[in-house]
Amino acid sequence: MTTDSPTPTPTTPASVLRQQVLVLYLLNSALDSDVVGWSRYDGTGRTSPTTGDGAEPPYPTGLGALKDGWRLIQAAPLVPPYPGHEYDVSFLKHEFFFERIEKLHAPL
Amino acid sequence: MLLNSVRMARFVAHGSLRLDAVVPADMNAEAMGVLARGVPPVPYGTPLPKAYAPDSFPARLLAVPQVEGALRSLVGPEPLVDHHAVHVREPHGGEAQALHADAIIDVRPDAFDVQLMYYPQPVTLEMGGTLSVPGSHLRRINESDTGRYQNLRGQNRLVCPAGTVVFVHHGLWHGGRRNDSDTTRYMFKIRFNPTVRQRLLWDTSDLHDPRVASELDAEFPWYEQATGRLERYNRTLLWREMTGDPHFDLDHWVTRVSNRPQEATA
Repeated sequence: MTTDSPTPTPTTPASVLRQQVLVLYLLNSALDSDVVGWSRYDGTGRTSPTTGDGAEPPYPTGLGALKDGWRLIQAAPLVPPYPGHEYDVSFLKHEFFFERIEKLHAPL
Repeated sequence: MLLNSVRMARFVAHGSLRLDAVVPADMNAEAMGVLARGVPPVPYGTPLPKAYAPDSFPARLLAVPQVEGALRSLVGPEPLVDHHAVHVREPHGGEAQALHADAIIDVRPDAFDVQLMYYPQPVTLEMGGTLSVPGSHLRRINESDTGRYQNLRGQNRLVCPAGTVVFVHHGLWHGGRRNDSDTTRYMFKIRFNPTVRQRLLWDTSDLHDPRVASELDAEFPWYEQATGRLERYNRTLLWREMTGDPHFDLDHWVTRVSNRPQEATA
């Protein structure tokens, strides 16, 4: 005796989720202080942000990004100066990472 | 044609010196062919007089009075040619460089190299002229570890007329931008190492001009509030080295935190 198996149905998702990342550098350690620098990375592939591609920040403050729907996922910790290097200047200190999840329609 | 103290102070604050359209038009036209063919390398650390034949294009570029005077003011007579390079950005080609400082981390407190950047053609915003960040040269970072930073407020996206020469401190954050135009962009760079102490090498007749302090006190829009004060502190130390004046200060920043009286009360 033979049994016919049902033909599997393709399970292509109607959409997929992709992450967009926004990095803001702020005037001090408060999230509502002014933006002094910014970077973007786009997991949807719709845009290609790169070095030196803008003159004005996307938001005036870090809080402005929250109000526009970005979710804060990391804030730079406050680290005391290393003894003997209190006056050194180096990387930007007040770095905040935000994300936004975008839905993409999958190709049929 | 030496720099004066006000312009030197501006270099110490900004980390760069821009000389617009100082190279004559006929040399700029010649340069387009010279750079397209390439400039033969010289061994690292070649004394300048031995690096380029007197009639060669680089030698004539360095003999332009404004260029010669600026170089002498910054690094003194007969520096070494560290290396040179022709940078070519093809039309609609390549990617922007990550923001970086050249070579490796270099924290010499009393000496600095300079890099000459020469642009033989007009550079438009679309051509992807060099991106640089004013006042970044004293930050202690190593090469492209700053690559995460795409844009900083007050950054300089170079747009300039033909024949422009820019001198930059070795620590300045910079990068070639993406060329979105239909024109190939050329830039010729030479790095120089000083062979003398970099102290009072310029025209010092205006050393006590109040504009010296105001140039050194420059604020840049990308500085964090607190770190911006440390920038003044570090500029003051560099200016002290360059002038030999151990008491120079801006608004008491260094003096205040160095004050450790040893005299006991009577």
